[in-house]
Amino acid sequence: MSTNPVEAIDIVKRYGSFTAVDGISFVVRDGECFGFLGPNGAGKSTTLKMISCTSPVTEGRLTVAGLDVGRDARAVKSRLGIVPQDDNLDPDLSVRKNLEVYARYYGLSAKQAGPQIDEALSLFQLSERARDRVDDLSGGMKRRLAISRALVHEPQILMLDEPTTGLDLQARHLVWQKLRLLKARGVTMILTTHYMDEAAHLCDRLVIMHRGTILTEGRPRDLVEEHSGGSVLELRMDAIEREPFLAEVGGIDGVAVEEVEDIVYVFGAGDVSARIAERVSDPNRAFMRPGNLEDVFLRLTGRGLLD
Amino acid sequence: MSTFTTSPDISFGAYRVWQRNRDVLLQLWKSEFVAQLLEPVVVILALGIGLGRFVELDSGEEYAAFLAPGLIAMFPMFAAVFECAWGSYVRLEMQGTYRAIVATPVSVDDVITGEILWGTTRSVMNASYILLVATVLTPWLHMVDSPWAVLIIPISAVPGVLFSAISICFASIARAMSQFSYFFNLVINPMFWFGGAFFPFDQLPQWARILAWFIPLSHVVSLYRGLIDGDLRWGLMADFAWITVAAGVFYWLALAGMRRRLVE
Repeated sequence: MSTNPVEAIDIVKRYGSFTAVDGISFVVRDGECFGFLGPNGAGKSTTLKMISCTSPVTEGRLTVAGLDVGRDARAVKSRLGIVPQDDNLDPDLSVRKNLEVYARYYGLSAKQAGPQIDEALSLFQLSERARDRVDDLSGGMKRRLAISRALVHEPQILMLDEPTTGLDLQARHLVWQKLRLLKARGVTMILTTHYMDEAAHLCDRLVIMHRGTILTEGRPRDLVEEHSGGSVLELRMDAIEREPFLAEVGGIDGVAVEEVEDIVYVFGAGDVSARIAERVSDPNRAFMRPGNLEDVFLRLTGRGLLD
Repeated sequence: MSTFTTSPDISFGAYRVWQRNRDVLLQLWKSEFVAQLLEPVVVILALGIGLGRFVELDSGEEYAAFLAPGLIAMFPMFAAVFECAWGSYVRLEMQGTYRAIVATPVSVDDVITGEILWGTTRSVMNASYILLVATVLTPWLHMVDSPWAVLIIPISAVPGVLFSAISICFASIARAMSQFSYFFNLVINPMFWFGGAFFPFDQLPQWARILAWFIPLSHVVSLYRGLIDGDLRWGLMADFAWITVAAGVFYWLALAGMRRRLVE
């Protein structure tokens, strides 16, 4: 029996004839932040739903703390804290009452959960809004309340589905800051995101998903290093310029080129990149930057993460 | 289909769901309660006294007295329908409340059972209140004739389950809020008018009486009428059995319907 927080072996999810998750395997280790990065429709949320027992696994084996998600759903769910993509907070209840009622679903009375609720509210800077209606909160506050709600029963694993989608930059940074704090406290976290910077910021390890499969797995920095070669040259060029350019650059050893819309990405150019950039007629349209997870995805699929 | 054959997975979680709804009511009680307390009184006065003046029944009974069991059956039906048709749909689709709850150790069956228990609670509260009003007005309107009427309070839980479950069944197949007008106009409203609350069935043609047998509310009205009049007969047991079996069947369908809706 395994004691890893989550272990998945060849899990498949089919909806009728559509395969949303096509035989993926992964292990989430204790205390780490594990990410699922990929575009919309890659199968990230479906995977999260299978872990949280709200969507049955079609095939394969999936365990949480050694418990089978199909057979021991209640025991599995009691170990998880879920932050869903859409804030399904209870608008009929006040901020504090939301946490009390939710704690009760885990078998904790308002009294038992009281200290946890106070702590979660103060950690997420919501103490002053405790008596307010949920609908009166800003988007960022709602998301923080949703995370607080997932923590009141002290779960072993915190699961976040697109934790900062739809938030403005400031709210987003505050959420990240809080999540880093939780990570420092040793909370095991699983998150899905289609923002590469979010994944790079928070995840110790991640898998990149595309069309229901895992393309690659590793530490964000290693993946970037391996697939983008450190730095990337971005060029905006029209079709006339592009054809001879591709013919020439594509032939250089160790250099890879990807085209997305009107941008040409050159990977692994290293010291020859300056020479390559010179070939572009307008220097304002050439841009050298460090590689990132988006490039990893681009290299593996030939397309961008956000489409 | 597996959603129909799985045995129910029910725990204490159902009570947690019931508590959630109770807490919401306690937060909103002012706006929820006051208006509802007035409505039955208005109807008793308008129909019982106002319309009743012009109605002469063969039985010689006063119209207000004839009306009483119907009102005690009908208003609780509306209470259950309000909670479990509109209310459930809002919690299912608009607020995401059900999905939030089933992510905790509470199961889909717990949620639906808790919702039905809550609709039933509102039903029993409502029936008790109207029975109380009718009893208070009895010196003038002769609405409650027999102490057996007090049995209505516990018994009203069974039609409470029935109407709550019927409502959840509809909520589980509804795709938009606007579809509830079908439910109301094709199911609830006809039941309201033809459930035996407003006119007696005995003089209707045979086919109409057969049709009435299929209307759930007609059995509730008939049962309450027997208890309020102190007219205890075996037919009341048959009515009670009808309601109980139907409640069981619709409860099962409600569970199956919501499993289909909530388990992806």
